[in-house]
Amino acid sequence: MKQLDLRRFPGFFAITLLCVVVLYAPLLVVSVYSFNASTSITNWGGVSLEWYVDVFTGPESPKFQRAAMNSLIIAVLAGLCATLIATSAAVAMHRAGRFKGKTATFALINLPLMVPEVVTAVASLIFFTAIGFSGGVGTILLAHITFCIPFAYLPIAARMQSVPDSYEQAAMDLYATPWEAFRLILLPLMMPGIFSGFLLAFIISLDDFLITNFVKGAGVETLPTAIFGAVKQGIKPNIMAISTLMLGVSVVFVTLSWLIGRSGQAKT
Amino acid sequence: MAAMAPGGASSSEIYKGNASRLLLPTWVVIGVFLLVPVALMATYSFLTKEFRGGVIWEFSLAAYDQFFLDRGLFGDEPPRIEWTFITIFWRSIWQAGLATLLCLLIGFPTAWFIATREARMRTVWLLIVTVPYWVNLLIRTVSMKFLIRDEGPLNAMLLWSGLIDQPLGLINTNLAVQLGLFYSYLPFMVLPIYAAVERYDFALSEAAADLYAGRWTTLRLVILPVVKPGLIAGCILVFVPSLGAFLAPDLLGGAKSFMIGSLIEEQFKGAAGNWPFGAAAAMILMSIVMVVLLVYARSQTREAKA
Repeated sequence: MKQLDLRRFPGFFAITLLCVVVLYAPLLVVSVYSFNASTSITNWGGVSLEWYVDVFTGPESPKFQRAAMNSLIIAVLAGLCATLIATSAAVAMHRAGRFKGKTATFALINLPLMVPEVVTAVASLIFFTAIGFSGGVGTILLAHITFCIPFAYLPIAARMQSVPDSYEQAAMDLYATPWEAFRLILLPLMMPGIFSGFLLAFIISLDDFLITNFVKGAGVETLPTAIFGAVKQGIKPNIMAISTLMLGVSVVFVTLSWLIGRSGQAKT
Repeated sequence: MAAMAPGGASSSEIYKGNASRLLLPTWVVIGVFLLVPVALMATYSFLTKEFRGGVIWEFSLAAYDQFFLDRGLFGDEPPRIEWTFITIFWRSIWQAGLATLLCLLIGFPTAWFIATREARMRTVWLLIVTVPYWVNLLIRTVSMKFLIRDEGPLNAMLLWSGLIDQPLGLINTNLAVQLGLFYSYLPFMVLPIYAAVERYDFALSEAAADLYAGRWTTLRLVILPVVKPGLIAGCILVFVPSLGAFLAPDLLGGAKSFMIGSLIEEQFKGAAGNWPFGAAAAMILMSIVMVVLLVYARSQTREAKA
């Protein structure tokens, strides 16, 4: 009884509840108002799916659909590339013993997390302009791969650390080549980490606005830059419907990643 | 073969000798698309501006001069300190600092509450607190704007309940920006504190209670010092992205809450179009962040040695 008492502070539960309310209230309000039948964003005109229909068939729908397609393609490709690069880096950092420049490499992997986003954005814009790359899906993709690497690396490296190398040792004692030991033993054991790494990189790429906005060039839009452009002229109901859809996608992805992470833990 | 390597996974040497081949993609990608660009940006900050964007390859200190010194309208007066941009930076530091404080004041009790639940409930609470973070930042910021604007649901509700008789006028203020930053980065505060509290040994609290320390005395003299590394990590993780944030100040703040992110953006995407000046401002921002991170890293190594 006494121990329970020491863990409790009056008011902490109330603050936690307040915290949850502040975190969810804006999202909840926008989701509710996305079903508003009125063209005004202030007055409530009854429940309808009008704005969801508008998102898919309305006058602005081609613009947003193209932007969504760009976002999706970039996020999948950036996620895949970053995961590949991060997996290879994680093997070097955790399975190749000591080597020269290991600390520097670790710093390099984490560099995208340390440089402020707006600085990365400016630097990328200057770089792509200087080498004569005109902005488009290509420049966005290259920038995204770069800043996604540390996000993919985190769960992959964490997973690799928790997998002892005795399985690979055993395989190699049975005359497996290092490549076979990697492909047949380490890779399957790493899968939950690799999958979480991909999901994380995917969401981070999908989330990015600032860097994309700098390097995208004229005419090319991703979903966040298209939404930002629209919001600058005022929040409209169709934006709330798009927001609610994206919110739904995020929640599905987080739940998925959480379930996979849990199943991965259960197996080991 | 490497079979004699000692147990620990991180000292494993199975793929010894392949490190450089495995790391080549990382080095190339981050090197070419981040290190080189940052170096190029540093160079650009010392070049001459070309009108409507771009640079002329001629060495010049004009960008830094414009940032720090005021030489009058025609540039012929004796230089005085130019406060415009220093004020913007100072305001950004303030705003980021207050947002960090807000995160700390809400984040610590929340993290403490979560970490002292049963193991099962901890996961659920953590999920509840982190899920909003995975929602697109732009959408979260727009949602916040929608909620707190003068005609928005928050004011409508407060007016209806009779608590206020005119809208709060929260939108386009510094407080709105702080709220937006708080909303953007709160999980960065909660998670490291949670990790620190989870490792906290409650025998310490018992010992303090045995010595007649009250609850709050224990918190102040025992718990907070022990979990301090988590608090500091959380503060840095919130402060650094807040400092260069663009969306929250741009969408929630007014002209009076103009921050570094918008200043830099304006030089490249907006009307200002002064690339060397934008690069110089970005360099100064990066320097501040690097100093913060270095001081932090120093204190970490000192603590590890002690």
